[in-house]
Amino acid sequence: MQNVQVASPPGIQAPKISLAEAPPVAAAAPARKIALLRVLGPGHVWALGVGIVLVGEFMGWNFAVGKGGPVAALTACWLAGILYTCVAMIDSEITSTVAAAGGQYAQAKHIIGPLAAFNVGLYLVMAYTMLEVSNAIVTGDLLEAFMANLGVPGTVDKRAFMVLTIVALAFLNYRGVLASLTMNLLITAAAFAAIVVLFVATQPWAPGAVLRHDALLVGLPYGSLGILAAMHFGLWFYLGIEGTTQAAEEVRSPARALPLGTMTGMMTLLIAATATWYVCSGLMPWEYLGQAVTPLYDAGRLTGNRWLEVFLFFGTLFATVASANGCINDASRAWFAMGRDRYMPAWFGAVHPIYHTPYRAIVFFVPVAILFAVSTPLDQTITFSILSGLLGYTLMALSIILFRRKWPLGTIQRGYVHPLHPLPCLLLLLLCSVTYLAVFLGYGTQLVAMMSFYIIASAWFVLHRYKYVRRGDQFTMHWPKPRGY
Amino acid sequence: MKKTPYEPPKQSVAGQIFDAFLMLVLVFFTLYLPLLFKLAGGGTTTTEYPNPTWEALGQNAVMAAQWEKLGIAPEKAATIIGTRFDYALNWSALALTVVIIVGYFVFLFRYSDREYRDVIAERFGSDDAPRAR
Repeated sequence: MQNVQVASPPGIQAPKISLAEAPPVAAAAPARKIALLRVLGPGHVWALGVGIVLVGEFMGWNFAVGKGGPVAALTACWLAGILYTCVAMIDSEITSTVAAAGGQYAQAKHIIGPLAAFNVGLYLVMAYTMLEVSNAIVTGDLLEAFMANLGVPGTVDKRAFMVLTIVALAFLNYRGVLASLTMNLLITAAAFAAIVVLFVATQPWAPGAVLRHDALLVGLPYGSLGILAAMHFGLWFYLGIEGTTQAAEEVRSPARALPLGTMTGMMTLLIAATATWYVCSGLMPWEYLGQAVTPLYDAGRLTGNRWLEVFLFFGTLFATVASANGCINDASRAWFAMGRDRYMPAWFGAVHPIYHTPYRAIVFFVPVAILFAVSTPLDQTITFSILSGLLGYTLMALSIILFRRKWPLGTIQRGYVHPLHPLPCLLLLLLCSVTYLAVFLGYGTQLVAMMSFYIIASAWFVLHRYKYVRRGDQFTMHWPKPRGY
Repeated sequence: MKKTPYEPPKQSVAGQIFDAFLMLVLVFFTLYLPLLFKLAGGGTTTTEYPNPTWEALGQNAVMAAQWEKLGIAPEKAATIIGTRFDYALNWSALALTVVIIVGYFVFLFRYSDREYRDVIAERFGSDDAPRAR
């Protein structure tokens, strides 16, 4: 039987679900152990982390420049790095201990409760779907710009490419996309090479030759408040790095490989993000950079090197298509898992009899993705994705406190114990609060809209949906009874 | 003593379709409509530049050259440069947003804990008497 193992995603991590082994309805307790080979080392964990986040270097991060100026964006990049270091530490401990299929969704079921798990499932679905939409928007804009730069006569309707991207990738996922997920890593490697080549080609060792920071770099156009506001899109530099911890069941030594692989991944991304910022801020006026849809492709154009422009075109295209592919894969699996547990209609918990894919969940979100892609600005869809991630991180910070309280150290076997508890979770809560405020500055309506969505959905779950959920099936780990219950 | 397992009702196909449709409606009304009616992302101010030049837009020679390499004339750049975020804090709106976020998490954790007690009681048994639902 085909074992469709989900490699984790851009965005927040999605459940790992072996579809071939998934029962049609809620899993009976105790859960059947899904046998995964422990073959991965720190290097694999590093590659997984860098691979899933890299698309953030090609688009989206630059809106932080628009919110606070280039210096604020760089500061936000480093502050967001601290936030994600806390996320990685906490998630390494929980994921290496909650060895149940389902990622953060399963963790919430075991540590907090069904309503929290329902919300985490929605966070995952919305974060991935909005990231998929963002990728489709960038693909359409990129192709339109490239055609125009090539001098192709006539006009190109970018919306056609957006729809085509979503439908084609949904079809691939419907048919079973294991091979293309494997290809994602190679595509991402090519995209990473594009960043490195661009950095070298701009001769950073010779300031003024290509890069003109002396004339283009400005201070803080919004003052110090701009640094705070820039934290909003600063998260985009790393959104999804915590997906590395999803490999917990497959690494040889979780206690060593997870933190080591994740932290080296963080360092790599920090360096790549700083390099990307350095090149772009030395080539473009900050006002343009702050609203560009394809900043790295534009940087390639501004070097005047036609080959580099083409390379960056393909780098951006590869990164966005690979990311959108992973997003459809992971959003559909999160929705499928919720259907299987009856948090959503059980109809969505069906597996295709031939392709072994969650085909109903895949098809369900296609019209939603198309609607947002053809009619919504990129910064808005990215904001929806970031907000869903942010809610997940907030829940994670509170979740680790409950986890340590319900099962203190020594009561269950942990793959990894993060140090200095509760400092990381308190720091994470503080930085999450700062980021909510950052989103409020300029995007307050969207923040309230997103909260309204989750509040109404929660009310619907409590008043209606929960009655279809089997209570005892929500806890499948072989742990002692939690303290206080 | 373990609690008697709760047996959920079977949902009809029509009920499942209705629930699925409801989620789509919820996404449409709460997330898409604010964007459609331009209610979201409105925290900006706009400065008009009649007959803009690079100098009037505050762009030096290098900046102007980069704009032109990108195929953007001063008229179009004026719209981009003239649009700035408005960070004047509306304290009542901020307070309302904080209440919404904190209230959401408080409700989420309190109600989840209530449900979690049912889950634990059914899985492990409970020291407390089972609560009527």
